[in-house]
Amino acid sequence: MPNYETKNMTLNGCDISLMQGGDGPPVMFLHGAGGAGVWLPFMENLAQNHAVIVPDHPGYGRSSTPDWLDELTDLAFHYLDFLEVRDLSGVHVIGSSLGGWIAAEMAIRDPSRMASLTLAAAAGIHVDGVAKGDLFLWTPEERIRNLFHDPALAEARLAVTPTEEEIDIGLKNEFATANLAWSPRFYNPQLRKWIHRIKLPTQIIWGDDDHIFPAEYAAAWHELIPGSCLEIFADCGHLPHVENPDAFVATFNRFIAEIRS
Amino acid sequence: MRICLFHLMPYGPLDLDYDKKYPAAWMSLPNSYYDPKEGHALYNRYLDELEYGDELGFDVLCVNEHHQTAYGLMAMPGVLAGALARRTERAKIAVLGRALPLINNPLNVAEEYAILDNITGGRLIAGFVRGIGAEYHITGSNPAKSHERFHEAHDLILRAWTEIGPFDHQGKHFKMQYVNLWPRPYQQPHPEIWIPSQGSRETIQWAAHPDRKYTYLQTFSAVDVVKRFHNEVKQAAEDYGYEASPDQLGWALPIYVAETDEIARKEAGAHVEALFNKFLRMPTEMLLPPGYTSPQSIKRLREIRRGTTSDSPPTVDDFIERGMFVCGSPATVRDTFAHHQKDIGFNVLVGMMQFGTLPADLTHKSMTLFAKEVMPYLRALPANSVAA
Repeated sequence: MPNYETKNMTLNGCDISLMQGGDGPPVMFLHGAGGAGVWLPFMENLAQNHAVIVPDHPGYGRSSTPDWLDELTDLAFHYLDFLEVRDLSGVHVIGSSLGGWIAAEMAIRDPSRMASLTLAAAAGIHVDGVAKGDLFLWTPEERIRNLFHDPALAEARLAVTPTEEEIDIGLKNEFATANLAWSPRFYNPQLRKWIHRIKLPTQIIWGDDDHIFPAEYAAAWHELIPGSCLEIFADCGHLPHVENPDAFVATFNRFIAEIRS
Repeated sequence: MRICLFHLMPYGPLDLDYDKKYPAAWMSLPNSYYDPKEGHALYNRYLDELEYGDELGFDVLCVNEHHQTAYGLMAMPGVLAGALARRTERAKIAVLGRALPLINNPLNVAEEYAILDNITGGRLIAGFVRGIGAEYHITGSNPAKSHERFHEAHDLILRAWTEIGPFDHQGKHFKMQYVNLWPRPYQQPHPEIWIPSQGSRETIQWAAHPDRKYTYLQTFSAVDVVKRFHNEVKQAAEDYGYEASPDQLGWALPIYVAETDEIARKEAGAHVEALFNKFLRMPTEMLLPPGYTSPQSIKRLREIRRGTTSDSPPTVDDFIERGMFVCGSPATVRDTFAHHQKDIGFNVLVGMMQFGTLPADLTHKSMTLFAKEVMPYLRALPANSVAA
């Protein structure tokens, strides 16, 4: 029985939709370019012993698109406000892809309400000489196939006909992603200069078969954040939390336990 | 009717089998397909064709802007307009580019146009466009900010043309501490402005605004689509409280004239098929990046494109049937345009007399026949207002 509810709030003039479930130390999951979508098995699993919060970013999903949404760093400031307004502290922030980029931008600005950082196939930096996938040029089908290592997972997703609402949300998410990540594609040239400011315990999780940000990106993040832990999942694509949710949660729990000890 | 000559300057010698290896004649097609020796001959041939248009009495010679493509080699249209400026006497010169959102300093366009206007003593028509989807991939300009950048750049250019400087501009996308244009445009208050478009509702509303009343040019569309968007211009004008002038309505399309309908189809067929099926070939993701137009329009356009994919590419007969291509004897071409003008009410006709792989001799023959047998008749047609 899924253990979550959908809530709405207004922040900085933006109507925010979020899913939340479970009790315990707070975990905030920041979704990637595809949106938060549904309450996923890894969220349910984390919610066994955490208070899991999954907001739709401004401009995405069922959240509104505020006038102030000009660049990705606006979302970093937005989430710092979010933690402050909800008076959350000791938050474990998990960011997937574009959400990982937001999490890193938050961490270099004000980590005071954050307990840890988990970057799963995070966008945000550029690695010279390592070709990235260009999801803006892929067809909808190619986009889904390129998310996963296991073709069966892509087939399963392709077999589902999206509803009108899901199509509209998909277009809205694409629009928002272009607005934030069109050029340079999925990174902020300024971020790398200040990543050394990240002193939070940091876990980097990557699939060894990521077609968007190849695993060399994981190594680059690991090198840029001193003391970070690096976990590469074998036979896994761009969404380790979806493709290998049990290993993802186990890795996260182990990481959290190490921080506590 | 105002009769204009339009050129895309396509890379005619393109290996048309490129599409066995590449999805588009844009962006991803390696430029090893381009031979500079062929290019040298082509640029000069195409400029000759435009200059011949001046001799033949076309009212306007139109150059165009596209980037990184075999479809059209006029990446810097001002260079070509500059070449025409000194070699032509009579016709106006329309630059049916400058893709304003793609550039970082709109004042470069204000300057380029003002120089052309000064050299020609006021023969410039200033075009403003947003650029095609692929050009957002190519330049890195953000498609989700395209409309905003277009409007701000346009407003800044108009201000630079009409206000005495220096003044400062602190906009969202462009920040200019000192704006003080030298030269000022020759035509006062500023050159005539044309807006070529494929039919974005936002663009139509904007172009028809009473402060602007710009000529809206529907490009390369089936005739029923031309009619629909021209009606939208008229409707927009009516909603603003005025009646659109036929001079606000333009239609751009390929035209071919020969001795008989049969000869015309036979001579032009393969070349117009090359234009639409090879040079214009582009995957949806390249053509319609997210944000380029509203999510609802993208949804509609993607559905239309999915609906039109078939195993066999359309033929010259299909293009004629849909009214995307007017082709035939002088009488056929005259009657076709007279009929459409009566039905739709446009007063600006922009003919692309060279298209795709059409060679020099056929281009020359068709242009000559058009100018002798069709143009005088169309020019004599009175402007005809047709209600939306």
